Amino acid sequence: MSDQCKKGGCDHSGVSRRGFLTTMGVGAVAAAAAGSALPATAEQQKASAAEPMTIGLSVNGRKHRLAVEPRETLLAVLRERLGFVGTKPGCERGECGACTVLVDGVTRYACLTLALEAEGHEITTIEGLARGEELGDVQKAFVEEDALQCGYCTPGQIMAAEGLLRANPSPTLDDVRLGMSGNLCRCGAYGHIFKAVERVARARREGGAK
Amino acid sequence: MTGPCSFMTQAIATAATTATTRENPALPAWEKTNVVGAAVPRVDAHERVSGTAVYTRDLALPGMLHCAIVRSPHAHARVKRIDASRALAMPGVHAVITCDSPEASIPWYFGAKGALSRLLDPECRYEGDEVAALVAETPLQAADAARAVVVEYEILPFVVDYERALRPDAPKVHPFGNQLGEPRVTERGDLASGFAAADVTVEREFHTSCELHTPMETHCSVAQWDGGSLQVWDSTQGVYAIRRGLAQALQLPLASVRVSSRFMGGGFGSKLELGKYTVLAAILARTTGRPVKAALSREETMLCAGNRPANTISIKAGARKDGKLTAFDAKLLGGVGAFPAAATSGYLVLDLYTCANVRVEETAALMNAGQARAFRAPGFPQAAWALEQVIDELAERLGLDPVAMRLKNVPTLSQMRAGQPYTSTGLADCLKNGSAGFGWAAARKRARGRGHVRRGIGVAAGMWGYGGDPTATAIVKLYADGSANVNSGAADIGTGTRTILAQVVAEELGVPIAKIQVEMADTATTQFAPSSGGSQTVLVNMPAARSAAVAVKNELLSLAAAELGKDVKDLSLRDGAIEIAGDAKSVPLAQLKSLAQRQQLVGVGKREPHPEGKVALPFAAHFAEVEVNTRTGAVKVVKYLAAQDSGRVMNALTYENQVLGGVTMGIGFGLTERRMLDRNTGKLVTGAWHDYKIPTALDFPAEFTCLPVDPRDAECNSVGAKGLGEPATVPAAAAIANAVRDAIGVRIFDAPITANAIVTALARTRS
Ligand code: FES
Ligand code: FES
Repeated sequence: MSDQCKKGGCDHSGVSRRGFLTTMGVGAVAAAAAGSALPATAEQQKASAAEPMTIGLSVNGRKHRLAVEPRETLLAVLRERLGFVGTKPGCERGECGACTVLVDGVTRYACLTLALEAEGHEITTIEGLARGEELGDVQKAFVEEDALQCGYCTPGQIMAAEGLLRANPSPTLDDVRLGMSGNLCRCGAYGHIFKAVERVARARREGGAK
Repeated sequence: MTGPCSFMTQAIATAATTATTRENPALPAWEKTNVVGAAVPRVDAHERVSGTAVYTRDLALPGMLHCAIVRSPHAHARVKRIDASRALAMPGVHAVITCDSPEASIPWYFGAKGALSRLLDPECRYEGDEVAALVAETPLQAADAARAVVVEYEILPFVVDYERALRPDAPKVHPFGNQLGEPRVTERGDLASGFAAADVTVEREFHTSCELHTPMETHCSVAQWDGGSLQVWDSTQGVYAIRRGLAQALQLPLASVRVSSRFMGGGFGSKLELGKYTVLAAILARTTGRPVKAALSREETMLCAGNRPANTISIKAGARKDGKLTAFDAKLLGGVGAFPAAATSGYLVLDLYTCANVRVEETAALMNAGQARAFRAPGFPQAAWALEQVIDELAERLGLDPVAMRLKNVPTLSQMRAGQPYTSTGLADCLKNGSAGFGWAAARKRARGRGHVRRGIGVAAGMWGYGGDPTATAIVKLYADGSANVNSGAADIGTGTRTILAQVVAEELGVPIAKIQVEMADTATTQFAPSSGGSQTVLVNMPAARSAAVAVKNELLSLAAAELGKDVKDLSLRDGAIEIAGDAKSVPLAQLKSLAQRQQLVGVGKREPHPEGKVALPFAAHFAEVEVNTRTGAVKVVKYLAAQDSGRVMNALTYENQVLGGVTMGIGFGLTERRMLDRNTGKLVTGAWHDYKIPTALDFPAEFTCLPVDPRDAECNSVGAKGLGEPATVPAAAAIANAVRDAIGVRIFDAPITANAIVTALARTRS
């Protein structure tokens, strides 16, 4: 929990992961077990379900304070409360990756992360990759390789690619396939997505962008 | 509201009536293109990759309420009592409508004798059938309240298996029984003499599973009223179809309904028709005086937003020693769910190969499940699954190469359309160039592997049988500074339509892509376009856009001729300037006074009628190499080549992308996707992507080639393009099935080919 919030004296503590997972159903358990939920602090473990709590969220480098219900996901709060609609709901149960964001630079499903679990962590959404109207290098590569069709999965794919490349700057094709396999694309643009990721990896290695 | 997709019935009807007046003749084919065909990045890519593209799901209007729908948890039940009073009293809840409400009686789902159901129906015929809807301030409040609606059901007997549904003792979905009309028979020639002439015959039965569309953006609408006028934002493939449906359902003039869809997150056929959620949103928005958003959950889309019906297909086929086909006798049965829909398509059996004696019998069965809808080439992948495996079996019996066997039977005319010739058929080239590019001959000689991992190769051919509805209109405006605007009511469902519209205008007017604005998919501000489905979007809208651009150009040139005192024949438009024959100096558009005065020139273009007496359809041949682990049954598609004759390649990037997507979907159909309904409870057991498995990045072949075969068709329409999205998926699963057979020596007849099926089949051969 952030200092900011403690100072504010808000008496919130979050929901226990166990309770959360029970309500989210089996799909969530499987994905969370694969490592997508954040470690809860001791205070967060003391669950009280319904009352809204004021939290601070740091999104794309800016701090936001807002009251959320403990059960509200980071996905819902980003979209419905903060207007970051680039983060998409596809399944809301950890199966598709449309909601992928970076939390402290690591890819997370925002639908499987409670908003209050994200407090005190640095959240990056698709809106955080561009500078003004200047796209980031992964975004540009997605344009150049036409790594999208309907574009709905695309922000999630781009965040997953960004996370993958931060963790592994020189991925092989197999690394890319595996690294992107948590993000479904029903339009089936995978072939072009691989090319886009490889293009960025190459450019970054050659000392280009970033 | 709208009936099942009628692309195929329409297709045949259009073919019969193409001899309309030719007041709108086709422009001559392009001889050379500069922008059309190039790898032009999408004009809307910036919005799509930056996260600023607003999909309907993202829309938030001031005061907007959120809708939640109460659905039957039972496969068949009657609502005895419904009580929403507790729900209505919950925090944030504004209004409720139930199957008892008068507004709920809007007729819905139609059979031969009229409506079969209503917007909210107390008789629930499948799990997911709508019984109530409510709106609240937040999505969570709406979901909480929906759970608080008390519904008492009388549970009725059900049947969720379409083959069982046809048994005389099966519970009835509707009082008239579970068979949808009489079996439909299409035949030609004489089967008996066809089989008598055959040197070999093969008879096989196949099953294909029910497949779910699951577009990434779930179905979603936002409705807002302004007095008597309704504005709806919808995630749809066709704003005009949705407008028509809404006007009908709510008894409104077309002029009082505006439907818009700037970005939509995939449809694949499941977003062609008006959904109940859209009408519920409109009704609740009217009741509350607030905008209402209705977004389906993923599970809801899996229950009640359409599907590709499961098929049972048996084919008996005969061929002579030389490989020529002599007869097909096919029976197709499909399960459409609780309401009428197209179940099967015998088109491929009747038309893909030359064969004089064919009989196709098609039967549709009702069962207690969500209604089927058009799904990327409705009926075709199922039929290809069966037909293309049977062709391989015939080839094997005759000792012929499967590619050679197919080449012996390539038709030059359409047997389904009164023997009219095709404007072009690249099927033979797809097979020849495809097998060369794939290295088919060499791969056939390679060993299949010795250990427990076996390799195999397979081929399958396909086509798509719908030629498009030639009714589109487009408008092109040329502005005084030489930039332009193109306006078309078509929806860009991810295929790149927006970009290709800009390319066509750029081609004709010489305006750079960056200076072209594209307006689409809004019934109030854009021109009529048929829905983006049936692989018709490019081939019906681009000729209209081209003709609008040419109209603008002609007007510009006559204005310029008058202003410059030249003969219009001596003028041409290039790179934003008027060139004068025999004069080295050109006049930039910005210097034309007559253009500056008018500020913009407007050209209207209409799609020309289809060519008279000819048929324009796309073809494909796919080649797959698979690796099968005979111990685990795992199948990996390692190499793939898709050869497509879709006429002109309009955009090299989006063309390849369509083919990637079609093949990926075929991999799902052939290897991973299966909707399962529990026989004992009638409930969906694959209501999430963890259980209903669509292909992931790991399922996509490491080596992939898209090979366009462009026959330079100057007749099909004025841009020379045929459909692509659907033919790209038709043969994919069948090619994989043939490759699996080649790898393990055993044929698997049912789709998807699961690991279990492979291990079981291999065990059977050993014992
Ligand atoms: S919406 Fe989060 S994984 Fe699908
Ligand atoms: S681009 Fe449509 S789902 Fe990926």
